[in-house]
Amino acid sequence: MYAALWRILPGPVWFRLFFVLVLVALALGALVMWVFPWVDTLISSRDVTVRQ
Amino acid sequence: MNGRSGGTLNKVGGGAQFTMRVSHRYGSVEYNRRMSEFASRRALRAPTQHQRGTRHRVSIVGVFGEILVTAGVLILLFVGWQLYWNDFVIANQQKNDAIALTESWTKQEPPAAAVPPALPGEPTALVAPPVLAVPTAEASKFAVLYVPRFGSDYRRTIVQGVDKATVLDVGNVGHYRGTQMPGEVGNFVLAAHRSAYGGGMHVNQLALGDSIVVQTPDGWYTYRFRNLEYVQPTKVDILKPVPGRTTSQASERLISLTTCNPLHSTAERVVAYGVFDSFQPTSAGPPAEIAKILAASGGQ
Repeated sequence: MYAALWRILPGPVWFRLFFVLVLVALALGALVMWVFPWVDTLISSRDVTVRQ
Repeated sequence: MNGRSGGTLNKVGGGAQFTMRVSHRYGSVEYNRRMSEFASRRALRAPTQHQRGTRHRVSIVGVFGEILVTAGVLILLFVGWQLYWNDFVIANQQKNDAIALTESWTKQEPPAAAVPPALPGEPTALVAPPVLAVPTAEASKFAVLYVPRFGSDYRRTIVQGVDKATVLDVGNVGHYRGTQMPGEVGNFVLAAHRSAYGGGMHVNQLALGDSIVVQTPDGWYTYRFRNLEYVQPTKVDILKPVPGRTTSQASERLISLTTCNPLHSTAERVVAYGVFDSFQPTSAGPPAEIAKILAASGGQ
């Protein structure tokens, strides 16, 4: 999967590396901005109050 | 294989391997010559293989493994995000909110002096402190909480209600409706997250006598930490004016900081009780301990 991505990328190694880093940064940004807050509303129920 | 050279190479190569094993001692001149011959033929053969264009086989197991590793990394990232990143972002936001709130009070008309300004050295605890009117709107900000033991930048807005989505999950300290207000005889009960959502309510760090300070437009209410109590999430009588007693008449002014217990779990609740110590009106400035914090991190 990742090996295939590496082969698809054009150019010399330094360029591929740069491209991969950009992709990783974009993925992290999307996770932090949209995915994690959304997942948090689904799975997390940190209830701290007392109730009957 | 591209016919002509490939076939010959293979045959000779195989022969060389065979003769190497059988008829030449390891390290002899003949062995070395054959060996280098063999290596150079292999090197010759290599480019032809490349020209052909190699087929990269994608194994199902390999892809499945990579998906699993990716999922693991994502889960770790999520936990890190929840416990550190998001916690840090909300805590900072809270601090700024608290500063904005206190600054908005100073811009307003100063509230009618409910008590005369304390003279230096006067024991202010003897005078009944002013009590704010109970805010009616859900999630309205009415006070700021400082607990120096939780760190010099611990500063949270206290808002009405303990709703999860609108109050607690955005880092506020919630005030249980129906419990008393700061400075009032009875129990001023607050709730906050302990380890995420910028809650930072690390009540287990408190030591006897630590100050818990509530700031309102009127002034500064200092409480002193007394004890912790661990309770079940259903024990709602800790919200009574005398915690745990449903019928007793309150005579003390208490503050209760409630949060979840154990750390990172919601199985139980822990309550930190503080006893009212003193009131300092806004005109007299913040208590010395809080003044230090304010000087270090800004705000009124």
